[in-house]
Amino acid sequence: MDFQLNPEEEAFRDEVRAFLDDHLPPPDQRPADFKAQWDAKVRARGWVGFSWPQEVGGGGGSIMQQVILKDEMAQRRAPSLGSCFMGLAWVGPSLIEYGTPEQKARFIPDILDSKLQWCTGYSEPDSGSDLASLQCKAERDGSEYVVDGQKIWTSIAMWAKWMILLVRTDPRPAVKHEGITCLLVPMDTPGITVRPIENMSGAAMFAEVFFDEVRVPIENRLGEEGQGWQVTVSALAHERSGIAEFHGLMHNLEKLEGLARRCLRNGRPALEDASIRRRLLRARIRIEAMRLNGMRYLTQQLRGDKLGAETSINKLHRANLEIELGELALEIEGGLGALGADAEAAPDGGRWQKMALNWPEVVIGGGTPNIQRNIIAERILGLPKD
Amino acid sequence: MDFGFSDEQELLRAEVRKFLDQNAPMEEVRKIAAGEPGLERALWGRMAELGWVGLAIPEAYGGTGLDFVTAIVLLEETGRTLFPSPLISTMLAARAIELAGSEAQRERWLPELAAGTKIGSFAYLEESDLHALDGVALRGEPDGEATRLTGAKQLVPDTASADLFVVAYRSGDARDAVSLAVLERGAAGLEVETFPGIDATKRLGRLRFDGLRVDAEARLGGEGSAAAHVEQLLDLGALLVSAEAVGSAEGAVQLTVDFARQRVQFGSPIGRYQGVKHPLAEAHVDVESAKSLVYYAAWALQEGEPDASVAVSRAKAYASECLPRIGIEGVQLHGGVGYTAEYDIQLYLKRGKWLRPAFGDAEHHYARLAAAAFAE
Repeated sequence: MDFQLNPEEEAFRDEVRAFLDDHLPPPDQRPADFKAQWDAKVRARGWVGFSWPQEVGGGGGSIMQQVILKDEMAQRRAPSLGSCFMGLAWVGPSLIEYGTPEQKARFIPDILDSKLQWCTGYSEPDSGSDLASLQCKAERDGSEYVVDGQKIWTSIAMWAKWMILLVRTDPRPAVKHEGITCLLVPMDTPGITVRPIENMSGAAMFAEVFFDEVRVPIENRLGEEGQGWQVTVSALAHERSGIAEFHGLMHNLEKLEGLARRCLRNGRPALEDASIRRRLLRARIRIEAMRLNGMRYLTQQLRGDKLGAETSINKLHRANLEIELGELALEIEGGLGALGADAEAAPDGGRWQKMALNWPEVVIGGGTPNIQRNIIAERILGLPKD
Repeated sequence: MDFGFSDEQELLRAEVRKFLDQNAPMEEVRKIAAGEPGLERALWGRMAELGWVGLAIPEAYGGTGLDFVTAIVLLEETGRTLFPSPLISTMLAARAIELAGSEAQRERWLPELAAGTKIGSFAYLEESDLHALDGVALRGEPDGEATRLTGAKQLVPDTASADLFVVAYRSGDARDAVSLAVLERGAAGLEVETFPGIDATKRLGRLRFDGLRVDAEARLGGEGSAAAHVEQLLDLGALLVSAEAVGSAEGAVQLTVDFARQRVQFGSPIGRYQGVKHPLAEAHVDVESAKSLVYYAAWALQEGEPDASVAVSRAKAYASECLPRIGIEGVQLHGGVGYTAEYDIQLYLKRGKWLRPAFGDAEHHYARLAAAAFAE
């Protein structure tokens, strides 16, 4: 066991720190167009798509460099590296693995340059956790696919210019994972209708997307016809050790301790309440467990092993913590916890009210906790599949 | 950066596992636990020959000279099979002598502990049930050059087999006026009792002192000089029991998974049902997370990192809070047979009850963490 960085790693960390000293002003001193400037600067450094190979314009960073970069950025609460979120998360990785040279040249530079947003058309009303049962269909008509059906929970569909879309090209496959195809679709194609869905916090970040005879040229197919499941799974399977999440959670926990010093319960600061202290410490231990689990996964990667189902462990911790921190905050607030996020008297500008209503984005979004439990039970413990 | 065990450490794990599978399968564990003194001396001797009993004792004193990170690997394995042994007690007694003893004292006792010919135990807990310096109330009364002890130590581990007791006693009113002495079984004025444990593989007992004489040869260091050592030993004890508990919890999960794969109800192995899968997945999350906390605490303690005590308390709080539930889940998931004496899962449930208070329960460690985190 050893937690030291080697000299090259230290040099890289110092380079990142120096960059942050020079280019990251405190939050209240950032100009309105700061994010665009920032994206251009980090792009010039090769830090957008840092894990991607240099041949496609990525940074070619080693695993350890990727971790150092993310960790330093998260510690300083720097903005994200690039703004094309889903493009960076899985459209790019799918293109790198399955894209034609033309597709790579056409799409990857724009993702790295934060030029346009992608959205993701995977889930359907009847295909959520059971994604492979999807029914949105595409039929060949000459040099085009004709898409009919519906997607749902499509984040930022209202603003995205492109969608990575999973469709069924074989209505009666031998197994449901076959007969699925991946298409890249411009969102302004005739026949696409986007209907935003308001979530329980009052915001609308995701939408329903309807396809009515939407024509997509064959050159926009990613991978072979019927290969869509592999295309999707391989991009989602690039599991990360998740160490940088630690800083975000710690930041919330520290803010929460501050809240507990200010809010009164029974006439005393909430932090003097033994049960509140215990819950804060309990959360702290779990955040630490996540950090250390992540270090063990990172060690596995550094020793040359791929990560798999074990990352579901931290996803469960994360889900529990997202819910628990919001709940704990509202309990610390006492009666004020019943106020809406927009109420003037809501502590910390209503951030805890928002957290207590927005956890599903994290908790449901990446696969529900029960799906994570199935993954652990089947793939790690070896229990029979459902 | 490398947060994992070395090839040598993994090799040790494989050797220990093979040794225990061959020499101490569950029938043997049950037999040892049912007998007196809850220890198989011949097996203990062989483990000593393999260098495991003296694993963390310096080579100069007959030990193997490895560190406490490596000791975690050994204890995970003895925990996995519920192997009844005074390994933790002996490690703590040896560490106390190494830390606080003179050269002559180390030479006198450490080689015998490493060789397995003497078994040690660390006695600090009293009626107050306080796992801290303040809990050491047993008062040493000066008697010329020596000190006399009258009183008792409670819930002392492995009283049935131990030959040497490292005893903490008080030499003054100041919180840290605490001393350590080595008392041999059979000493005049020392009465040793052993009680049945809820976990038959873990014996606990009581030491009674009736004017027992502690002279300079028995005392480790000067009067009132051992406070820092005692605090280190309390951290080390909490770490070692957590490591063994992680192994036991993993054993309980494996036993229940094996059962769920072969037990058929409603036409299918019960492990197919989510009502069975999900609690086992949660148990796995707890085992893996406790492991990470224990491994880090071991490294921090070994390296003398400033956050070592905090890391130990996090590990023990998590272990005490989460791991005992795994035995309970395991019995439930076994159904009726889980309640029988014949099936082994109940032994794991009992191990959880031994673990929970050992070297301080979750509440105790939360209090330590609160003092560190919320100081004004």
